[in-house]
Amino acid sequence: MNLTLHVWRQKNSGAPGSMERYAANDVNPDMSFLEMLDVVNEGLITAGKEPIAFEHDCREGICGSCGFVINGIPHGPNKGTTVCQLHMRYFKDGDELFLEPWRAKAFPVMKDLVVDRSAFDRIIASGGYITARTGSTQDANTIPIPKGVADSAMDAAACIGCGACVAACPNAAAALFTGAKISHLGLLPQGQAERDRRALGMVAQVNAEMFGACTNVAECEAVCPKGISVEVIARMNADYLKASWKDRGARKESGE
Amino acid sequence: MKLDSRVPQGPIETAWDNARFSMKLVNPANKRRFNVIVVGSGLAGASAAASLGELGYNVKCFCFQDSPRRAHSIAAQGGINAAKNYQNDGDSIYRLFYDTVKGGDFRAREYNVYRLAQNSVKIIDQCVAQGVPFAREYGGLLANRSFGGAQVSRTFYARGQTGQQLLIGAYQALEAQVATGRVTMVPRTEMLDVVIVDGKARGIITRNLVTGQIESHVADAVVLATGGYGNVFYLSTNAKGSNCTAIWRAHKKGAAFGNPCFTQIHPTCIPVSGEYQSKLTLMSESLRNDGRIWVPKKAGDKRNPGQIPEDERDYYLERRYPSFGNLVPRDVASRAAKAVCDEGRGAGSGETALGVYLDFAESINRLGRSTIEERYGNLFEMYERIAGEDPYKVPMRIYPAIHYTMGGLWVDYELMSSIPGMFVLGEANFSDHGANRLGASALMQGLSDGYFIIPYTLGNYLASNKPDGLKTNAPEFTAAVAGVADRTKQLLSIKGKRTVSSFHRELGKIIWDRCGMARNAEGLRGAISEVRALRQEFWKDVNVPGSEGEINQQLENAGRVADFFELGELMCLDALERNESCGGHFREEYQTPDGEAMRDDDHYQYVSAWEYKGEGVAPELNKEPLDFAYVHPAQRSYK
Repeated sequence: MNLTLHVWRQKNSGAPGSMERYAANDVNPDMSFLEMLDVVNEGLITAGKEPIAFEHDCREGICGSCGFVINGIPHGPNKGTTVCQLHMRYFKDGDELFLEPWRAKAFPVMKDLVVDRSAFDRIIASGGYITARTGSTQDANTIPIPKGVADSAMDAAACIGCGACVAACPNAAAALFTGAKISHLGLLPQGQAERDRRALGMVAQVNAEMFGACTNVAECEAVCPKGISVEVIARMNADYLKASWKDRGARKESGE
Repeated sequence: MKLDSRVPQGPIETAWDNARFSMKLVNPANKRRFNVIVVGSGLAGASAAASLGELGYNVKCFCFQDSPRRAHSIAAQGGINAAKNYQNDGDSIYRLFYDTVKGGDFRAREYNVYRLAQNSVKIIDQCVAQGVPFAREYGGLLANRSFGGAQVSRTFYARGQTGQQLLIGAYQALEAQVATGRVTMVPRTEMLDVVIVDGKARGIITRNLVTGQIESHVADAVVLATGGYGNVFYLSTNAKGSNCTAIWRAHKKGAAFGNPCFTQIHPTCIPVSGEYQSKLTLMSESLRNDGRIWVPKKAGDKRNPGQIPEDERDYYLERRYPSFGNLVPRDVASRAAKAVCDEGRGAGSGETALGVYLDFAESINRLGRSTIEERYGNLFEMYERIAGEDPYKVPMRIYPAIHYTMGGLWVDYELMSSIPGMFVLGEANFSDHGANRLGASALMQGLSDGYFIIPYTLGNYLASNKPDGLKTNAPEFTAAVAGVADRTKQLLSIKGKRTVSSFHRELGKIIWDRCGMARNAEGLRGAISEVRALRQEFWKDVNVPGSEGEINQQLENAGRVADFFELGELMCLDALERNESCGGHFREEYQTPDGEAMRDDDHYQYVSAWEYKGEGVAPELNKEPLDFAYVHPAQRSYK
């Protein structure tokens, strides 16, 4: 099949960008979307032009490197699928596709479809962990965790940090990403000691990174390739509220 | 080169305890005066960087991805072994040790493997404390599954995403150290050389993948945890970015390369569908528990699988290995699939028909669709997404693919390479899996190296190598920077006609055909000359667009492919030198009359440690003999 691509091209973070038109001809329906772009790029290189830059690594839908917007939808039209696992058989001959990078103030475009998602690392560094010094731990089975709790924690922990949730959100909020981590660790008994600190620290960092506020649109859940539910946002809000209140109380008591 | 493995003496059970006690310590107040470089942020790198940061060292950790959380450890599906014996089914540290040495076909160091089995127990404790959501029983205790032929149930797992969860655990520990300032994370940066001063590793040269800047980093020790080199085959289950550049540059600076020809082919991957194919996807080995593998009896039978009657099908694994059947180890299953395809009996309608059927029809009839759905639902979905066929109705088509490299930089018992001050962890080293790795052991080794070995052995080294105020203006750094800059310029200036990928694809095909599942002397000799010729063509005719001072993915890839040429040649040389079949290394000349691998313990019970001797000069083979005092070498049989 033959497709027409309109791709966002931008030399670097300082340069202005624009949509450019490319033909993708003789596309095999068994190709993945990124393989289709590989072929387009091979053609561009051979023609002496600059290939389209996009991020990718595992190409199995788990590393979270890839992702861009296809016709307005992060990771494209297939639910629960990263763009590396999206296959061309879901498109048809003559389709016209518009490819754009994630759009968010906190994710500046670096080149073409590549954006800077380092804000996510800084959010994790602000409390998205359980402090467990190497070697200082007890036998794993001394902490029984009900299967349902472990399963819910795993549901939240499945986040791959791709950033589609931010790209889909009209406010460019990082609520699904942050909520997923707060839920994963907050559900587990091991995560209780730092639960308040974690919620306060991570939410403060989200604000510092200039992500927008969540207004419960739930577009994030619709595009999340791992199907993470907006329930995690409710958990985050609850933890944050509780922690802010306790924090205020604690500060008062200590005479601050 | 003199190889000193520093393997301890005495009973194996207490060897690691004794070794640790005899190691020198660095005073807690002095630790922050030592700079340590960790390259790579996968399970081994992230766990090492986090643990060294906790100890108080001043750590800089590098990765080429945009975030340390992307490292390819994340893609491991099945699980991680540990000798917890939570199932009361007879497991023990000794049994895990025994299984691993035997599974490696007696080509690994016993003392290393024993320590790995000991550490396995602590890894699970550590990961659970970090919040890794392992699967649980209803009573709240940890669940286990059996894996890869082991007769005990010792594999811990987090759905089909065990690697992801373990990596996220290590990544979070790493980010916690980043927040304290003890670890500086340097993402989007690729190591392009190691700097040796007075015979010791004292730093690295990197390229900033955003600005193109070539930078020097000085340290008191360098830790490489940069993963395996499976992408030399072009098509592999590795991530696209996985590469050998860091270990290859270290090799060229004096680090011996151990057993480069020991590579693992995984039997159950989704077959190649066309020329454009960019990578291969693994389907968990667990599918072989309920799927039956077959091909048509007649060569060239192009009928749909449903039209081939039962008596015209060859369930070749069940036929050849009646007692293990479809559950033979990875190397045996892979070779058998290749053999039937070579006979022209491959499944599928394509010209090449490289694939065999993995059929669930019988299991679905016997157990019901819902049971199969429960066991393998997500895998069936993944298969359908990629292959476009519904495996509940049509048998899956699978074919072996390169998955893991047991070979890597040679290290001693303390994980130090033959360059003093340079340590190598995880898949990047050669140490623990011998000639074949057992399922669910890669994650175990990465974390054992990073959490529980390097924190001790690095201290032992640093305690006698005090900080000396070396700066990046030392002549060794200036020379290394110039070398890296020259090479980059050279790649960009060729402006030939062929793309980097076209060379990589061609190299991969040579290595896969001649140094893949089955090898022979003639083919290997041919491969060496073909790789050399192709490498020459690469340096004359490659087209690397763009410039150096920007994000340039083609330039990054060109440097990596250039290194794969050299490593590919060494792999073939190593395979040619090893005149025996063992584990993943199958030499067609050395097999039993019924086609099984034939080891030659009298002549080849050693580690091949190759030493680089310069451009155009044959590398030198050093041999580290292996002793088996606990597990006695025997022929593996799965009949």
